[in-house]
Amino acid sequence: MDLFLNAIAAGVLLGGFYAAMTIGLTISFGQLDIVNIAHPSFIVLGSFCTFVLHEHAGLDPIAAGLLLAPVFFCIGIGVYSVYYTSFERRGDESLRGLAFFFGIMFIMEVLLIMTFGVDYRLVETWYIGESIHIGPVGLPFRMLAPFCVSLVMAGGLYLYLSRTFTGRAILAVAQDRLALQLMGADPVRTKQIAFGIGLATTAIAGSLLIMLGPVEPSVGRLYIGRVFAIVVLGGMGSIGGTIVAAMILGVVESIVATFYGPSWAPAVAFGFLLITLAVRPAGLFGR
Amino acid sequence: MTSFFRIRRSVLKLGAALFAGALVLSAPVQQAKAADPVKIGFSMALTGGLAGAGKAALIAMEIWREDINKAGGLLGRPVEFVYYDDQTNPSTVPGIYTKLLTFDNVDLVVSGYATNMIAPAMPIVMSRKMVFMTLFGLAVNEKFNYPNYFQIMPAGPSPLTDWSIGFFDVGMAQTPKPATIALVGADAEFARNALIGARENAAKAGLKVVYDKTYPPATADFSPIVRAIQAEKPDMVFIASYPPDSAGMVRAIGEVGLKAKLLGGGMVGLQYASLLSKLGPSLNGIVNYDFWVPEPTLKFAGIEEFLKKYQEKAAGQGVDPLGYYLPPYAYAYLQLLGNAVNAVGSLDQAKLGDYIRKNTHKTVVGDVTFAPNGEWSTPRALMVQFQGVDDSGLDQFTKPGKRVVLWPEKWKSGSVNYPYAQ
Repeated sequence: MDLFLNAIAAGVLLGGFYAAMTIGLTISFGQLDIVNIAHPSFIVLGSFCTFVLHEHAGLDPIAAGLLLAPVFFCIGIGVYSVYYTSFERRGDESLRGLAFFFGIMFIMEVLLIMTFGVDYRLVETWYIGESIHIGPVGLPFRMLAPFCVSLVMAGGLYLYLSRTFTGRAILAVAQDRLALQLMGADPVRTKQIAFGIGLATTAIAGSLLIMLGPVEPSVGRLYIGRVFAIVVLGGMGSIGGTIVAAMILGVVESIVATFYGPSWAPAVAFGFLLITLAVRPAGLFGR
Repeated sequence: MTSFFRIRRSVLKLGAALFAGALVLSAPVQQAKAADPVKIGFSMALTGGLAGAGKAALIAMEIWREDINKAGGLLGRPVEFVYYDDQTNPSTVPGIYTKLLTFDNVDLVVSGYATNMIAPAMPIVMSRKMVFMTLFGLAVNEKFNYPNYFQIMPAGPSPLTDWSIGFFDVGMAQTPKPATIALVGADAEFARNALIGARENAAKAGLKVVYDKTYPPATADFSPIVRAIQAEKPDMVFIASYPPDSAGMVRAIGEVGLKAKLLGGGMVGLQYASLLSKLGPSLNGIVNYDFWVPEPTLKFAGIEEFLKKYQEKAAGQGVDPLGYYLPPYAYAYLQLLGNAVNAVGSLDQAKLGDYIRKNTHKTVVGDVTFAPNGEWSTPRALMVQFQGVDDSGLDQFTKPGKRVVLWPEKWKSGSVNYPYAQ
């Protein structure tokens, strides 16, 4: 029983981390229909920037992530402007836009290699390696911190998207661009802000990634499949759906790894995704 | 008759002129040939997951090239490298070696770093009957049985089992004797090979295997795996992992509080400076393989001079700043090949293969003699234990006493702390 409870707890915490990795993609891919395949590479960029701030300024990784978020927001606005001018405005976004983000992914990898080299980087803080115990369940701070940050980030985004004019405009822009214009909002500006927010979350996710383990410039590739799967499972654009889907994936992986063997974990998790999509093609929270 | 002599004289003159012309023309050709570089071709992981090791290896190889060129080159010709980034992607390797041998016309080939990149090159190299010096491949030649394959990692003549035998020898020599073992490793070529050998060694030692599982790449959290192992209460835990996983495992072991008497074995990455300095005291007690550590028993001729050069070149390049693990062997496999070329006096691959097979070679990693399968004739995969590591950073690992050699007996530099405690 203790093992089962610990597996559930570990899965929930892991799901929180997955949610933090995915939430920005939920906005860019789920809500704006922009296939940002470079999303995990921006997370890795966030990890390296966190590493620099941690090593040279002594900043806590999470604080570094929060500090980097506005910078990444501005980068996001810039990237979307190029994407819009070069592809979306001309109606070339489907294939050429995808190639554009592939290009960004490879360029970022090379730039990271040229700047930081290829060695592994990780951070060490007072709470990494420590755990708290609630009854028989152990919760390592290394996983608990990303979980908490992820929930706060998701809650903040949910409130922003549902309570503010710009937030509601972001939710509307992918559905009906013309109606949005009639309401007095600029769709391009709205998408710029939304993409910027999506990228700002990668800075925070990057700071969480480097807390979990060592990163090197190409580590983002390992997460491409997983983050896109969570967005699809969650219902393409639903913040709540992303959290639930990430938790489900985390818990399924953790239980399978604990009781049946870790090599089955991704197969079972992605099998669950396929079954869900067969029963509910729009995803768990899709409309 | 006169005309006959005239014709003969003309033919002789023409012949002499042609001969003289040929001499004049051939002189620069011969000179150019003597000055032609000896080209050594290889693939190397310069991007992707193995790039950290690949770039460090390349630095070491460049040091050898500088050294050999200063000493007059090979066969009096300068040495030149032709290499391509394999992106840590095995599917790029066959194409690279085909290009090296078909279009670049290299004179010698050596492998890139590690098992996953060596195996795909084998069929190409074998079809051209080239000598193949390889860098850290675990049991690659077990399937190919290629006579001109030579491997610089000191795994031993039965690489699958020799590679981890030290871990089992250390464990079984303790009191109370361990009775059970858990085996866990990554779902990839090297780790699978290491686990095959560990299973065999466990059976020979009479250990009961209570957990035997692999995990997929991109595993983010290792605590469910460590908890599942903990539930089986093994005395020993053999782990065959890659660098990010090794760090994840070490942290999860500390967080879960895994209670085994001996753990480690095949964790790649616990030799890298970047991980050593960050993981610090959490490494204490782990018994893991290594190939060189700054212990007094391992002072091979030339290694300290090499490391000094390496550390100067590596500074600021984002690679392992110490270079204890792979770089000395990356230098040594070229040193060995270069010495063989100069000793044989030609680039004839069959003669080179014979020479390497039949002789003992002096290198910066000690004397190397090969078994018929191209592995070291005597295993020397060290088992070291982290002892007295504190959180003072990297400098402590440059001094003896932090990674104490427990096995083999010949190179032993200290005693084991048993049972395991951080």
